[in-house]
Amino acid sequence: MRPVYAISGGVSKFTKSRPDKTFGAIVKEAYDYAIDDIGLDFPTFTRLVDGSVASYFSDHFTRQLMAGIMAQDYLGLVPKPSHRVEGGGATGGLCFQEAWKSVASGHMDICAAYGFETMSHVETWKGNEFIALASDISFDYPVGGFYSGYYAMMVTRHMKEYGTTVEQMAHVSVKNHINAYFNPYAQKRNRYTIEDVRNSPMVAWPLTRLDICVMSDGAASTILVSEEGLKKLEDEGAKIARPLVKVTGIGRGTDAMRMSDRPHVDYDFFIENYATPQEKDSDETLAYYKELWDRGTRYPGVHSFRAGRTAGNMAYKHAGIYDPVKELDFVELHDAYTSSEIQTYEDLGLCRYGEGGEFAASGEAFMPGVEYDLNLPKQPTIPVNPSGGLIACGHPVGATGLMQAVFAIWQLQGSVEQHFGDGTLQLKDAQRGAIHSHAGTGTYVTVSILERE
Amino acid sequence: MSKLPSKRPETLGGYIVHNIPFPAEITPESLEWIKQMAPIQIEQPYQITYLHSYAQDSPWFAALTNKKLLANQDAGSGYAYATPRGHDMYSGDETKWIDITEKTAKIHAFTVCHFGSEEFLPETPFVLILVEFEGVNTLLLSRLVGIDPMEATLDWIGMELKPKFLRNSKLKPTDVYFAPA
Repeated sequence: MRPVYAISGGVSKFTKSRPDKTFGAIVKEAYDYAIDDIGLDFPTFTRLVDGSVASYFSDHFTRQLMAGIMAQDYLGLVPKPSHRVEGGGATGGLCFQEAWKSVASGHMDICAAYGFETMSHVETWKGNEFIALASDISFDYPVGGFYSGYYAMMVTRHMKEYGTTVEQMAHVSVKNHINAYFNPYAQKRNRYTIEDVRNSPMVAWPLTRLDICVMSDGAASTILVSEEGLKKLEDEGAKIARPLVKVTGIGRGTDAMRMSDRPHVDYDFFIENYATPQEKDSDETLAYYKELWDRGTRYPGVHSFRAGRTAGNMAYKHAGIYDPVKELDFVELHDAYTSSEIQTYEDLGLCRYGEGGEFAASGEAFMPGVEYDLNLPKQPTIPVNPSGGLIACGHPVGATGLMQAVFAIWQLQGSVEQHFGDGTLQLKDAQRGAIHSHAGTGTYVTVSILERE
Repeated sequence: MSKLPSKRPETLGGYIVHNIPFPAEITPESLEWIKQMAPIQIEQPYQITYLHSYAQDSPWFAALTNKKLLANQDAGSGYAYATPRGHDMYSGDETKWIDITEKTAKIHAFTVCHFGSEEFLPETPFVLILVEFEGVNTLLLSRLVGIDPMEATLDWIGMELKPKFLRNSKLKPTDVYFAPA
């Protein structure tokens, strides 16, 4: 595989509704921004780009089949090669990785990845119905198909197993909303307190409205290139930011569509197949897990995302990461729910299984230099969702994983202030970050590692 | 007295219009001006009835109409699935049917849905549960009745349950539901 660089990106402002433009035109906002950011004009880039990957989740929201080719057409990219990817909430992350594959394999030197979702075309509760169709329509959906309900069931089990509290979950909401206060692309830019989160309307016990991301209209785009692609662009006058951002790790995992089908494996099987190398090397951690299993924990059950652990382990191995807390500077992860951010801390090895709640309220995942009005016992060590995540930025599904990639590129380029008009969210000397995209109760998960050269 | 909502609910529907304002004369200026127009939004109704087959899972639904709860099991390993599955995920072999109607059932996880997808909004609040059965390896998603949904507590996890069956079957997984034992 060849080295792949993520050189540029663009995001449309995520918002509740964009009736002013078609989905193709919204994608073009993000795509044009990415082209403009490398200093090329549209015709020159169109001539040089080899092809693309398109990303959107649901044909239902647009009531338009083959919307991917319509966006390709609107972007002036026909007849160049392209395909659409779809994998629920992980669609954007899959798209980013498919673009990486196109370049790494040598099939393309310059590949555009773009994604979108226009969810405002139906009422909120009809939108929830569409999303719930991403559960088994024979056995799950008819019982009361509702994704917030599914995630709420998972977290009640997490709370029972590990003592995770609603206040710990609310810390995630406060953090991500306040981070987004400094992100002009975010849909929700509000300063909330723990009390605000708990006092907002209950949606699916124990998740309140402020524990849950909103539906959005929006698009995002990134440009990935090989070394040859980089040269082609620069020979034509592109001004590509240095240091370069390289994609150094790719990982994916899957799990059973019906969470009721997920296994409950014993200690030995967990350690052999799912523990991180760091966990395996620590006698103290092995003893900790032995005690969890002795108390009745089984893995992954419905409280953990085996696909997330699989994707993380694979991406870390690819990138040569052993201790993610020490070797990553930030993580943009899929926080459709505050609870799933906590579960994902554990999947990604930012803490051990069972410690996610405590980690959420510790301060370690918070941004340095941002005032949260919380009593946090620890200093930030691995900021999670510096952009504000899905909870505050919004979740136009096909765009979301690419939005994470764009914010990660800007973070590693050191260009957050240039793009946000505010440098508060710029981490000093960020060298390496992870982006994590997650679908339907943990069915598809992608983890990609981006690194400053 | 409870406060009135701060805004009226948004709904679709309204008047039918056959003409909307537009420049009376087409000029370069008016063609430029129409770029400032607010977008036109219309309703596009869409309705469809699918003919859905339960296929190899059909006996499970037939059993519910006869007040029996079935599960699938791999004959070799004994690994059992509370939610039907025609082939075992480990051996790849076709599974057999077993009767779990009388097995001890408990709540493994739950939630109370105060909102829901459009189809289920009228039923809120309702309680979703994942049920674990003695000697069965996987779970079953179902509904819980006979408790106060406003008194949700983690103590519900582990509660022993008994299955209840609709007398007039709808041939849906909700033909079985659970109540505290």
